[in-house]
Amino acid sequence: MYANLKAFIVNRVGDWGFVVGIAGALFWFGSLDYATVFAAALEPGAATYTVEIFPGHPWHVATIVCLCLFVGAMGKSAQVPLHVWLPDSMEGPTPISALIHAATMVTAGIFMVARMSPLYELSDVALSVVLVIGATTAFFTGLIGIVQNDIKRVVAYSTLSQLGYMTVALGVSAYAGGVYHLMTHAFFKALLFLGAGSVIIAMHHDQDMRRMGGLAKYMPITCVTMWLGSLALVAAPGFSGFFSKDLIIEAVAESQRWGAGYAYYCVMAGVFVTALYSFRLLYMTFHGKEHFVVEQGRHGVHDDQHQPGRLDHPPRESPWVVTVPLVLLAIPSVMIGWPTVAPALFGGWFGGSIRVAPANDVLAILGREFHGPLAMTLHGFTQPTFWIALAGFIVATYVWLYNPGVADKAKNALRPIYNLLDRKYWVNEVYDALFITGGIRMGRGFWKGGEVAVVDGAVNGSSTLVGRTAGVVRWIQSGYLYHYAFAMILGLIALMGWLWWITLRVPV
Amino acid sequence: MTVPNILSVLIWLPIVGGLAVFACRRNADAARWLALLVTLATFIVSLGLLTGFVPDGPLMQFVENHAWITALKSNYALAADGIAIALIVLTTFTTILVVVASWGPIRERVSQYMAATLLLEGFLIGVFSTTDALLFYVFFEAMLIPMFIIIGVWGGPRRVYATLKFFIYTFFGSIFMLIALIYLHLKTGEFSLAAFAAAPLSMTEQAWLFFAFFAGFAIKVPMWPVHTWLPDAHVEAPTGGSITLAAIMLKVGGYGFIRFSLPITPDASIEYAWVMVALSLIAIIYVGYVALAQEDMKKLVAYSSVCHMGFVTLGVFIAVALVRMDGNLGAARLATQGAMVQMISHGVVSGAMFACIGVMYDRLHTRTITEYGGLANVMPWFAAFMVMFSMANTGLPGTSGFVGEFMIILASFQHSPLVALAAAFTLVISAGYTLWLVKRIIYGEIKNEKVAAMPDLNIREWVVLAAFAAAVIGIGVYPKPLTDLMEPAVQQLVQQLTTAKV
Repeated sequence: MYANLKAFIVNRVGDWGFVVGIAGALFWFGSLDYATVFAAALEPGAATYTVEIFPGHPWHVATIVCLCLFVGAMGKSAQVPLHVWLPDSMEGPTPISALIHAATMVTAGIFMVARMSPLYELSDVALSVVLVIGATTAFFTGLIGIVQNDIKRVVAYSTLSQLGYMTVALGVSAYAGGVYHLMTHAFFKALLFLGAGSVIIAMHHDQDMRRMGGLAKYMPITCVTMWLGSLALVAAPGFSGFFSKDLIIEAVAESQRWGAGYAYYCVMAGVFVTALYSFRLLYMTFHGKEHFVVEQGRHGVHDDQHQPGRLDHPPRESPWVVTVPLVLLAIPSVMIGWPTVAPALFGGWFGGSIRVAPANDVLAILGREFHGPLAMTLHGFTQPTFWIALAGFIVATYVWLYNPGVADKAKNALRPIYNLLDRKYWVNEVYDALFITGGIRMGRGFWKGGEVAVVDGAVNGSSTLVGRTAGVVRWIQSGYLYHYAFAMILGLIALMGWLWWITLRVPV
Repeated sequence: MTVPNILSVLIWLPIVGGLAVFACRRNADAARWLALLVTLATFIVSLGLLTGFVPDGPLMQFVENHAWITALKSNYALAADGIAIALIVLTTFTTILVVVASWGPIRERVSQYMAATLLLEGFLIGVFSTTDALLFYVFFEAMLIPMFIIIGVWGGPRRVYATLKFFIYTFFGSIFMLIALIYLHLKTGEFSLAAFAAAPLSMTEQAWLFFAFFAGFAIKVPMWPVHTWLPDAHVEAPTGGSITLAAIMLKVGGYGFIRFSLPITPDASIEYAWVMVALSLIAIIYVGYVALAQEDMKKLVAYSSVCHMGFVTLGVFIAVALVRMDGNLGAARLATQGAMVQMISHGVVSGAMFACIGVMYDRLHTRTITEYGGLANVMPWFAAFMVMFSMANTGLPGTSGFVGEFMIILASFQHSPLVALAAAFTLVISAGYTLWLVKRIIYGEIKNEKVAAMPDLNIREWVVLAAFAAAVIGIGVYPKPLTDLMEPAVQQLVQQLTTAKV
């Protein structure tokens, strides 16, 4: 319940920037029609058009508009610091998670920036911001995935991290690469979510991986498809994720943009992190010791009353309505890269829809070295990214499969870091204190202090004042004739005295 | 088909009908049915304004002009442009729903209540359709009386405080307006709005007049900081009164700014546009936070009304600034259109919100938010409507709430990106207070047995909410007929602003 409110409001923060960005585009071009705007963006001077928001400080409209629009993208595509809503939205049903949080809705931001590439190309500043935000998201949210125990949350943080990769691609002007990763990611991430859903069904709606383990023999289809999906996710050469992610990393390496150095470290480290949490998930779920207890003869107990970790029958492979989609998603997760990589990235699939200034065109540089998917795959085995991922695989295998005690030791040794990740950098707590509790408290303060005390105080005060004055004046209006007569005499005396005094002073 | 003298018919049909309803003292049902009949007839007649309006024709149409008080050269002059027509149809539409929504809840003195509602409708239509300042003033004041009675007789426990506050506040404002009108009359010898608009006025004169009008209209809108009568009035008013108050009466303020302040005191309007913009932004942001903290849902919606009406004044005075400081007539038209659409939209959305609160109040007799919870489980139809109107209240695209705010934000950026940024904050804060309300009332666990026993909508309530919903979605999805209707009037208004009086 809290999650949906949060998703809505955080997205609204994104919309706040987005709407202002749209308004800025209207201000800039006098139109909101794509064709008109993109044509106008080609005209000389479009990039140097400025506005003085604060007098004396001309700002590039291109930068303002692109940054504002990007705030909207940060909301929808869950980039740091507007990422907080996405993991919580995993409260929703698993197929919804697969659909919205993997494939469709979260991609809206990436799509929008790619769509607006003619505008973004005009502002290096905006693209650098996009790059840095994306790189930060890619690395730091991936780290959180390592310490999560809820199977869906691991996948959710993986989504955040991958969205970061897409944003990085946008930031280095490799828009096609970002959109391409969006496509490949949709297949394997939907697969991972649905696979997680299948596991959750088998575990009677328990999502905690610490009470799983050894499920491979009970649910082979789920296990195999999730392995395939994970291999695609860690960009094992030849899998779909490899073509898109490797390309993004190469593009970052080629880019001269400010922030590209930082981004390169982030995406490279991210490869290791991705391997770590992906294989950790697989090992904790499907391999190693079983951490659940099967208690026969507890039939007839309603699902809700299940105790976590106690099943009334051995876990079963999910029915075909669940496994068939897994298989169908596994096929493109493995293979979709082969036929599509060449046309999508180097073959002009996007035609004129994506516009890249020649100076920024890193994909063109990569295209010169591209000799087909097979060569790319073989080349992939020689790349550092492959070795980093392999290292991640080896570490994960050792820690979570062969020597699970290490994980606990590491956890204790690195307690502060573990806490930092486990609490997700305390971002939620800070937002809660600052914006939620703080906002409500501020509202109360405004209400009690501003409204009731000051504004209404002034209103009621003035009416009280009128009442008091009337109360005093009322004594004069006594209604007794002799009071009035007495007052008249007094007045007459005063008036005569005054006249007399004046005549005395005026020399005759 | 258009009835001859249609504006007169629209004014007097509900007034005469109201007197007839008043006579049904013995028979409450007869009063209800007669009132419904009259409002339906009025609504059908008012549709003639839409069909009979010639878009390329003269600005003011359906003109009627008769000498009224010859000594003062004041005429019984009626005419309507697109802006007036939109507001008149909003009035006739909403009043039907007010009558239906009051059908069950009002059980005492039914004939008097219905009569007051009908009289109010007639006076409101009068306000929107006259082109004579004195006649405007008469209607402007007359409409206080039925509203005063509706809140004071059928209101809640603190109704006497609320009515007095409401009456004194608004009356206080209109006194200044009357002085302004008298001054203008002395200056021009007439009472027609056209003569007032043409009157040459020095800057000092304009400034005084501007603030006199401001006193009258800002209280009506209501703008911060003269808004505190509104939450009190809403909390005490019966549901029907709240709907009329929020949906129509507040619009008189915005309409007044457009009809009086802008044409008569254009130079003062530009001089003090920044004040108006600042007050509007305070209404949008600061009052938004105040709404967040409310514990009484009627107060919450009342404060949210202040926020949304802040967009109306923002749109109007950003338009002034755009014309005179930036020479950007296109954006000025956009802002004015936005303000107008926002007025109509707020009419339906806030009316619907108050109708929803009425539905809940009739069942549980409390408006405290924490007394409710989990209504979606017991009243699915109601929950669906309430969530939809809440989305409109937060300005979600596809609902009427989005259109006006979006237009105003777009236009504001052309004058000042910072104003646009501040105004767009409404996206966050309105989502905050509205959704938090919905979350606490509609979702979650069923609060207690009393809530569990709440029946879903009856057929009358369903009809009311469905009619509001149709309007909210209709305007939200396809606002073009509405904006087309108002476009000539908006153009004229913006054109008028280009010429300085001094």
